[in-house]
Amino acid sequence: MRIAQTVMLVALLGLITAGTTSAADLSASGLPPIEPYCQWQQTDFMINEPLCGLKGDATRGRAIATDGSRGNCVACHDMPFTDVEGYGTIGPSLAGIGARYPEGYIRLRVVDAKSVNPLSIMPGYYRDPSKIHRPAKMLEGRTFLAAQQVEDVIAFLMTMK
Amino acid sequence: MMDNKALFAAVLLGVLLASPVIAEKLSGYAFVKDETRAMQDDDFANPGLLAMEKGAALFNTPFRPGGKTCAECHGEDGEKLDVQRIAGYPIYDPDSREIVSLQSRVNTCRSRIADDILPTNHPDLIALETFVRHRAQGVPVNVNTAGAERQALLTHGEELYKTRYGLIDMSCHVCHTVYAGQYVRGQKISQGQTNGFPTYRLGTGEMASLNLRITQCMDLMRAEPFPPDSEEMKLLEYYLSARSNGLPIETPAVRY
Repeated sequence: MRIAQTVMLVALLGLITAGTTSAADLSASGLPPIEPYCQWQQTDFMINEPLCGLKGDATRGRAIATDGSRGNCVACHDMPFTDVEGYGTIGPSLAGIGARYPEGYIRLRVVDAKSVNPLSIMPGYYRDPSKIHRPAKMLEGRTFLAAQQVEDVIAFLMTMK
Repeated sequence: MMDNKALFAAVLLGVLLASPVIAEKLSGYAFVKDETRAMQDDDFANPGLLAMEKGAALFNTPFRPGGKTCAECHGEDGEKLDVQRIAGYPIYDPDSREIVSLQSRVNTCRSRIADDILPTNHPDLIALETFVRHRAQGVPVNVNTAGAERQALLTHGEELYKTRYGLIDMSCHVCHTVYAGQYVRGQKISQGQTNGFPTYRLGTGEMASLNLRITQCMDLMRAEPFPPDSEEMKLLEYYLSARSNGLPIETPAVRY
């Protein structure tokens, strides 16, 4: 019995650490209403103005960055934490990123990394929904993250110095 | 002094060595964790064997009460099936001009005998597919790619492989060709080879056919998956399977 429970627990942990949540999983949690898309401007490979003029919260940003169903930055990037499992080796480490780059530079890479490098694998977290190819039907008209969530993640990344 | 050809060869070699893409064709077996490989190799631990046993039972069960079984024509263990032909699926049938997967081939039999087809990816159909494909375990995948018609289909399939989908905006190619061998959230990305299908997936705790696995991948990309019987899905299955030509069949494999 105890073995069975352990196996279940391990399996459950496996599912959790696997991260990356699919569209089907999202439906269970219910989706917030679609927000109007805020246009953004890039200047010298940066977006200097916060999306929709919003102010980010670093504490919320950390939760979003490490959550498999939201930002999931840890899927591809190493981060200097010991309490989050399952880092990836696809992108560069995010340790000290706030010291290495200005905020506007980071914002453009979170919003739409492919506008800088079209061959990048990195998803754009705030791309114009009308330009997304074959989105899941239930996610049509949506950005990957809400503008507030993007600003929260940026605020968090800026604390990593 | 080097002549032009030697210089060209040296430069080409340098480029190839510097390339992050793994040139060698490798089964997904090479990318999973040691314990996953051990689970696949142990007939008592491999959960895919349960699907295979279910498939064997269905193979010997009449489609309709009192009707025929698969086994009446193909042998109790499917021993009369031609393993070389099994290794060639999905096939392109020039007569019907269609790509035929192993699942749809089983359904053709069922419709001829009992007018009783199963929907694509029905657990019973995946179990039958697993049982049949397992017959060819160890046989290299050998999808026929000869002729202009097949080449055109493969080109189309490759285009779909290289197209980005969904909110995550990734193509199969980006992950399974460019970044194969890298880790995503603690799991190594495979080359997307098909020689293990149907496969037992630790991530879902269920069997997945190649068709179902593509659906799960697209779902993960937050894309609208191609319907199971759509032309795009068949093209992707055909292209991916031909891409795995030469790799020994492992069905039922265990993968993340």
